[in-house]
Amino acid sequence: MTVFRGIAHVYGDNIDTDRIIPGKYTKTLDVQTLAAHALEDLDPAFASRVRLGDILVAGHYFGAGSSREQAALAIKAAGISVVIARSFAGIFYRNAINIGLPLVEAPDHAILNGHQVWVDLGQGLVIDETAGCIYRATKMPPVMVAILRAGGLVNYLRQYGSYEAADRV
Amino acid sequence: MGQTIAEKIVSRHAGRQVMANEIAIVAVDGAMATDATAPLAITAFREMGGVRLWDPSRVVLVIDHAAPAPNEQVGNLHTLMRAFGREMGCVLYDVGEGICHQLMVEYGHVRPGQLILGADSHTPTYGALGAFAMGVGSTDLAAAWLTGQTWLKTPASIKIVLSGQLRPGVSAKDIILFLVKQLGTDGARYQAIEFTGTAIRELSLASRMTLANMTAEMGALTAFVDLQGLELPYQFDVVQPDPDAVYSTVYSFQVDDLRPQVAIPPAPSNVVPVDEVAGTPIQMAFIGSCTNSRLEDLHAAAAVLRGRKLAPGVRLIIAPASKQVMMMALRDGTMAALLEAGASFITAGCGPCVGTHQGIPGDDENVITSTNRNFRGRMGNPRANIYLAAPAVVAASALRGVITDPADVL
Repeated sequence: MTVFRGIAHVYGDNIDTDRIIPGKYTKTLDVQTLAAHALEDLDPAFASRVRLGDILVAGHYFGAGSSREQAALAIKAAGISVVIARSFAGIFYRNAINIGLPLVEAPDHAILNGHQVWVDLGQGLVIDETAGCIYRATKMPPVMVAILRAGGLVNYLRQYGSYEAADRV
Repeated sequence: MGQTIAEKIVSRHAGRQVMANEIAIVAVDGAMATDATAPLAITAFREMGGVRLWDPSRVVLVIDHAAPAPNEQVGNLHTLMRAFGREMGCVLYDVGEGICHQLMVEYGHVRPGQLILGADSHTPTYGALGAFAMGVGSTDLAAAWLTGQTWLKTPASIKIVLSGQLRPGVSAKDIILFLVKQLGTDGARYQAIEFTGTAIRELSLASRMTLANMTAEMGALTAFVDLQGLELPYQFDVVQPDPDAVYSTVYSFQVDDLRPQVAIPPAPSNVVPVDEVAGTPIQMAFIGSCTNSRLEDLHAAAAVLRGRKLAPGVRLIIAPASKQVMMMALRDGTMAALLEAGASFITAGCGPCVGTHQGIPGDDENVITSTNRNFRGRMGNPRANIYLAAPAVVAASALRGVITDPADVL
């Protein structure tokens, strides 16, 4: 699935992983527990307000800090379909793709909270439908496109067995 | 065209010449995970169809983030790790052995020129040994367990030249806090940093680890500290950058006049010289974490606190970097001096840095800590305020009950 449409939940710059999922909640394999505390210290109402398919939107350097994959898992389990930011922190970016949470880096976006947003990953387009604005997304490395297309790194390696085998395809 | 250290190490591990921004599949020399990241990696590894590790001798598991277990849920995750470690025959450091990054260096799991993955964001710490070490999440790590490889986009590099000599009482932590302010929290995003210059030559391995460690707070993918002046108990090749290597930016700083630095909440880049926040009351002080809890850090604290008492109403918690560090501090009298001053020691490990247990601050409390992040909620309470500083500043502040320049009490 490469096209998403949903309501935007907009936050600012430098949202670190401690605010996405505090360290005290990360020691679990239960993604519903993670979802219940997603963005808790940033917006305590987020977990109860978010609806399946909604879109998370942020400014610069989303996902700074810890390598905790639980941050991406919490967002995905909360029902978010795709995350749009002006830029992402490196480890968070990989983690999200690896667990099959689509990301879009749109450096110029000015999406407003509550707006209806349309994302086409294949075309690299982000559209704020409510505002009538179109933003272009940064190109993702081909290996990440392949991992995302497989539904994450687990499926990718189940499918190909190794990075080299996948590279030859 | 000449290569940076990052380009050379990636090329060596990719089996072909690779330059910045090129995607490469690389062999990894080691893979480390902690109790914060290993349980998810174990799940992902099984889901990938993993039956055995590519090389159990190169896989290290460390129980340090919530150790000893604060509750049954964490206890069961530790049990899961131990069972996996036994089944796979990999290396496992259990409760109390110490902090993952310290153990990787102490026990020789990382060597100069290697490429190491760590499922922890402070993995660039191994740049103190000239290794290409990058933090990844659990699933990337599981893939390395399975294949012995990972993929990466070869990073561009920033060079930071540090010249001069630090004043007494000023440390590598003050340098790196100052640099995080200069570059900003994403100033080195997805880049490698090469530290070089005359100021490096004087630094111990512990101090070099502090320097490399907090490059994570500038968004760096990895970091390398020039190996000049470093003595190791084994022979090693030094990976030198070519004279015509290309850097995205070169910074030069004189460290002679650097004062102790403090990062004020809620970002590691909100850094000011200590005198700008001196006098701020603190209730809790912590010396610990992969950034600053090695023997020289405990010595710096003891130099301030020996024969004195903590200010009334202040608690000082210390989590040494490892059992070996704790033993050395025990044998040379450092632990006794700190205990007599009123400090409390907890199990070697991450302790309260990551907000899971063993010292979560109360509402509206101010904490001064030798750790690496002061994000809101980092230490387990979003209503507490976290100030980051060098161990000497933490100790001096614990002594006075207010943020204090160690020069005022030494």
